[in-house]
Order: sequence, then structure tokens, then C-alpha cells
Amino acid sequence: MSATPPHDWPADIHAALKAAQVKQVAYVPDAGHARLIKLCAGDNTMRMVPLTTEEEGVALAAGAWLGGERAVLLMQSSGVGNCINTLSLMATCQFPFLTIVTMRGEFGEFNPWQVPMGTATPGALELAQVVVHRAGEPTRVGDTVTGAARLAFSSYAAVAVLLSQQLIGAKSFGK
Amino acid sequence: MSRANTLDRRAVVAALLAGRGDLLVVAGLGASNWDATAAGDSPLTFPLWGAMGSAAMVGLGLALAQPKRHVLVLTGDGEMLMGLGSLASIGVQHPANLALAVLDNEAYGETGMQATHTANGVDLAAIATGCGFERSETIREMAQVEALRARLTQRQGPLFAQIKIAADTPPLVMPPRDGALLKHRFRAALLGPDAALA
Repeated sequence: MSATPPHDWPADIHAALKAAQVKQVAYVPDAGHARLIKLCAGDNTMRMVPLTTEEEGVALAAGAWLGGERAVLLMQSSGVGNCINTLSLMATCQFPFLTIVTMRGEFGEFNPWQVPMGTATPGALELAQVVVHRAGEPTRVGDTVTGAARLAFSSYAAVAVLLSQQLIGAKSFGK
Repeated sequence: MSRANTLDRRAVVAALLAGRGDLLVVAGLGASNWDATAAGDSPLTFPLWGAMGSAAMVGLGLALAQPKRHVLVLTGDGEMLMGLGSLASIGVQHPANLALAVLDNEAYGETGMQATHTANGVDLAAIATGCGFERSETIREMAQVEALRARLTQRQGPLFAQIKIAADTPPLVMPPRDGALLKHRFRAALLGPDAALA
């Protein structure tokens, strides 16, 4: 008896970003994004831009659009709080903005320090005028990112796709 | 405190933007924005009115998207201090077409001239050197400003200049405030009217 292999949703995100002609991939290293980061880094149409803090990626995306390129920001929910004031750039200027956020502090979380920001993430984004989409089913992730990218780049909206912790798997620290 | 700084901010920015041609400019919020506008409002200047700390990264995104064009970020010491990590991120990308000019009056001019960290010895040029900028310098003379101006279009970057200016407050010269307009006019001037609407 063979188990069904897990659906490769990071590959679907990469394909969706590629189809959306995303050229600059800003990221803060994150376990949930590790496979996607590797896929993007192996794609010579994408420029990887590692950041020291997440709000740098918001500003980078604005600059990229000014120059005629599309960017994405990959981050963890704990980084969303760092972005709030910089997101005013997107709202005020109607810059397209796409971010893919891996969730912490929800399903099966082991580390209580992740819970406050994880709990606040959807509301904080919405208060900052970012449209929030959530993806929890492995087979729906690709479509969700495709739709979010279209909303961002064709309708000049700021859009976040939250990847549920149930999708990613909770980090257990071996406990 | 450091020694007296005498460079006039308006003269410095006018010199950097003289005959700017197709130079792309990002101006940080506050006085740097007013200085850039005083030198001549241009659709190829993107002036920030908020999002403090983000000027350098807007410049990086632009420089990476437009590798054949030259990009100058003009900002203040307070704004730069708020985005120090971006110096590291720029160092990693190492764009030859990006220059950062920090107008350092050692004070937060918009909020009552409180001292910034540069008034107490924080050396931004040394930090940029440590972050891998191709060239980083502290400027105290107009001749150095002129030399920087010449380097802006020589693809020798990333360049960093901490320009020690006098802490005075010249009259406000403001660009439009409408962010969508500023974005659109920049893209239309850079990409052409059709591409800008894509």
C-alpha cells in the first residue's frame, strides 16, 4: 500500500508567481517558505532579495513597480507587524503589493511568543488596507496565489495570502 | 559633537541634480524632499511624504528593475538611521547603478531639531563600508559633492555619501502630495504612457 504523496503546494506558488511575471522575490528566511525560497532561487527569471526586516520588502516592492517590475514579499506572520507603517506607502500611492505569509501562533503552536502576532495578523493587515486571503487546503494554494496576484497587479491592490499553520505543519521543537 | 558643518543643503542638492538628464531620484520624507523639489520638480523624482525609513529600499527596488538607469536616493540622517538594515540588504545586492546621498544635519529638522545619533558619533559612512558598499565617504566640501555628482552616472556603485550639512531650515518647497499621481507620473516618464497604464 502506498501513501498519496503530499501535494507540492510550494511548487504551485512558484508557478503562480512565475505566471504573474514576478521578478523580485524579497524574503526573510522562514521554515514554512524554505521550499518556495529554494524554487525561486533556482529560477533565473527571479531576483532573490534577502532582507534584514520585513518592511524593507514593502518599500522594495514600491520601487520595483516604479521601475516596471513586479515583486513579492515572503514572510512569517511575526513579520507582519514590522510592516504596518510602511504599508501606508502602498495604500496612499495605490502600489500593487503581494505578500505570502506563513502563519504561526495558531493551529498546534508550541511557542506562546508566536501567539499574539499570529492572532493579530489578519486584523492588522486589514487595518493597514491589505486584502487578506487565506489558504489552508494544499490543492487550493496555487489558485489562491494566482487570484491574489491578479488582484494585486491588475487592480493595484495590496493583497496578503495567509498560509495556515495547518497547511505548513506546526514547529514542535521536538516536544 | 562633531566639528562645524557648513555645507548648504540646497546648494548640495542643486549640485547633485544639476543637468540630471535621465537620473532617477527617490527623495526621503521631510527636508530632503523639499531640497529635491527646490532643485526643480521632476516626474523622475519620487518624493516620499511618509513611510519613514524606506527611501533606500525604494531606491533598491527601482535600481534592480532598471539596471540600465542610474538611481540616486536623497535622504536625511534621521530617515537613514531608521532603515540601517537596508544598507546591509543593498550591500548584498550590490547594484552598480545605485547611489545613496544622506544629507546629514545631525538633527531631526521636522520635529524640533532634536539631535540624531550622527550628532553623537554614529558614522553612517563607516556602516555603509561595513555593509559592502563599493565606495563610501563623508563629504564636507563642495568639491567632493561635485566629484560625487560625476560618479553618479559611472556605474561604480553602490555608492554611499554622508554629506555633512549646516543645520538650517530653508523655505519649504513642496512637490505634489497625491501619492497615486506621484507614482503614475514617475512610471509614465520612465516607462512611457502605455506601459505605465499596464
